[in-house]
Amino acid sequence: MKIIDCPVNGPRPLQEFHFGGEVRTMPDPARAADAEWADYVFHRSGEPAVKREWWYHVPSGVWFIAERDNRTDQFVRTYLYGEGPANE
Amino acid sequence: MPHRLLKFAFSKEYPEPRMFNTPETLKPEYDVVIIGGGGHGLAAAYYLAKEHGITNVAVLEQGYIGGGGTGRNTSIIRSNYLTPEGARFYQTSVDLFQDLSRDLNLNLFYSERGHFTLAHSPASLRTQRWRAEVNQHLGISSRLVGPEFIKEQIPEIDLSCGGHQPPIHGALYHPPGAIARHDAVAWGYARGASQRGVEIHQKTAVTDIEIRDGAIAGVHTDKGFIKTKKVLSAVAGWTTHITRMVGLRTPLVIHPLQALVTEPVKPWLNAIVVSASLHVYVSQSSRGELVAGASLDPYELISMRSTLDFAEGLGGHMLELFPCLGEAKVLRQWAGLCDMTPDFSPIMGTTPIKGFYIDSGWGTWGFKATPVSGMTMASTLARDEDHELIRAFNLSRFEQFDLVGEKGAASVGH
Repeated sequence: MKIIDCPVNGPRPLQEFHFGGEVRTMPDPARAADAEWADYVFHRSGEPAVKREWWYHVPSGVWFIAERDNRTDQFVRTYLYGEGPANE
Repeated sequence: MPHRLLKFAFSKEYPEPRMFNTPETLKPEYDVVIIGGGGHGLAAAYYLAKEHGITNVAVLEQGYIGGGGTGRNTSIIRSNYLTPEGARFYQTSVDLFQDLSRDLNLNLFYSERGHFTLAHSPASLRTQRWRAEVNQHLGISSRLVGPEFIKEQIPEIDLSCGGHQPPIHGALYHPPGAIARHDAVAWGYARGASQRGVEIHQKTAVTDIEIRDGAIAGVHTDKGFIKTKKVLSAVAGWTTHITRMVGLRTPLVIHPLQALVTEPVKPWLNAIVVSASLHVYVSQSSRGELVAGASLDPYELISMRSTLDFAEGLGGHMLELFPCLGEAKVLRQWAGLCDMTPDFSPIMGTTPIKGFYIDSGWGTWGFKATPVSGMTMASTLARDEDHELIRAFNLSRFEQFDLVGEKGAASVGH
């Protein structure tokens, strides 16, 4: 069974989590050009790499960020929003 | 076939040449380089040679042909889609499939079984009625049937689902639904393309793509550089590797999709059975194995590992539909990679990069589209203009907010 390290609850089984997609920065809707907005809405960086992703611990309702390698399924680290590296 | 067999019986020669050529070295230049030797890439090569006379073509495959999505699907063919674009496209594919054994001179074990999409609630029944009405309007053979008809066609089914799940209220019935030998589809196209001069290079990985002035200049491989002006990426599942090389942004995310087969048993299941609620689809292959799949893995992963969770989950749901399978043993399980798009339609055709063509976004619906994808992509490459059947599937639809929301793409998983 796969174990994910929730930053609040500690190591818990995968079945307790939901995947929330990659962490993306929303452009200003009022100022974004159509192409920029379309890029934000639809496009993803789906290529192989270590990604920053949203994950959700369902029983405790905690959203957090995980850095995960999408080729090996290894979690590099997990942290709460705002508590990770400075590039939030 | 029997005549050919008899001829070979009296021949001292090895009766059949190898299925396809295996050239030792790459030429310095090709008119077209196709990345990906799966069904789609090989079909494109076949139709390029056959319909358009373009034979200076190299198909580059990092593994072996048909070893990706083509060999990893559950080989179901159908056309009961919900958008006019999708229905037209997949119906053309079914039409091509029906004649493909003859066209490729290879028995693909194409077998029409009838495709049932079960409804476990009044709401689901309404959805299936909607699909039936839309299908009929679009000229596709498809209708709503009741539990009695299902039981008559599939006597082994438990309409009450063991009482653990909502009972079966009815189904969308699509008589042309079929299965085929998926490996043979790849081999047949490979042989057909090869006989017309196309080179097939296995164990040849593309490491980079050279672009000069916004146009394709060549392809770097682990066996050297090849000059070419046209590249087709037909590597569903690995597309994001390729688009990264050319700097193209797409909506694609990759999820594994798992499947399993049981040990072979005597033929008893003639239909293809799909349960939208139980996340099961199952058919019996010509070899007697039950081939079954479920829904996509719930998060992105570019890896083909399989899991115990999947086998347990699918096994449980299979037993609810078919209690008679209690003693059946799972022979093997595997995963394939799915390029998922936000609108469950493929991404096909020209791109902003001159000479770079893409055939991707094959999610959970790639095998059934093999012939039509090959045919339309070959035409697109030859004419440098999107074939009319795939115009709606161009990558530019996302920038133009003109999506093709295909709710009939798969009955399970989304």
